[in-house]
Amino acid sequence: MSDTADKTVNGETRQRPLSPHIQIYRWTLTMFLSILHRATGVALYAGTLLLVWWLMAAATGPEAFALFQGVAGSWIGRLVLFGYTWALFHHMFGGIKHFIWDTGAGFELSAVEWISRGATVIPILLTLISWVLAYKFMGAF
Amino acid sequence: MSEMRTPLSRVRGLGSAKKGTEHFWLQRVTALANIPLAVFFVSAMVAHAGADYVTVTAFLSRPIVALVMLLLIFSMVWHMRLGLQVVIEDYIHGHMAKLLALILNTFFALAVGTSSVLAILKLTLA
Repeated sequence: MSDTADKTVNGETRQRPLSPHIQIYRWTLTMFLSILHRATGVALYAGTLLLVWWLMAAATGPEAFALFQGVAGSWIGRLVLFGYTWALFHHMFGGIKHFIWDTGAGFELSAVEWISRGATVIPILLTLISWVLAYKFMGAF
Repeated sequence: MSEMRTPLSRVRGLGSAKKGTEHFWLQRVTALANIPLAVFFVSAMVAHAGADYVTVTAFLSRPIVALVMLLLIFSMVWHMRLGLQVVIEDYIHGHMAKLLALILNTFFALAVGTSSVLAILKLTLA
């Protein structure tokens, strides 16, 4: 907004009407998912540093790789990786949801709700399944 | 018709640059590519949970794995740069701050991309 747009001819600041923002609206699943889609996207962006670290460590040598594994295998490392797994699946299914809507389909209110519920629950299930399988591959059971 | 702007107008870069459709399209194309690539990546991570150095490097050095990892890096980095560009444009309004953030976004994406590619090439070509 430029400085002149909110001034009257006398140079006084004009009180512009504000459009309603998120604290005004009743929360809906769709708006919650819209915010989460952006939040997970930004988190995944930052998390690529972990991917770089993992790849660089593997390319550097056993000591560098052991350091990465030590950090990634710690409880906080696992927590971050668990969150990253969920963020990836959540963002992926958020994207699939948008692909469906891009075709012009699924805009009936009931369809919107069911697609949104699916895009919420499926990523959680896939995250849990992935981690159960990961622990199985680690020989936890 | 696309060159109706004066040279000065284009240099200033204010207003719509008429790149919206291209941005939208590339964002969708990379998103589509990311689905199978990310499924491969998560599956590979799960299958190698707790795996030692020799196992992981042997896996990453296989040409087909290196190829898919390179595709993943390209598509993912491109997608995330487009995505954060929108976030920056939505929330940062100062001209210089926005310009700086957009440039840093490009630098970050390139740094992530090139370092990942370097690591993958070193592993697979060694």
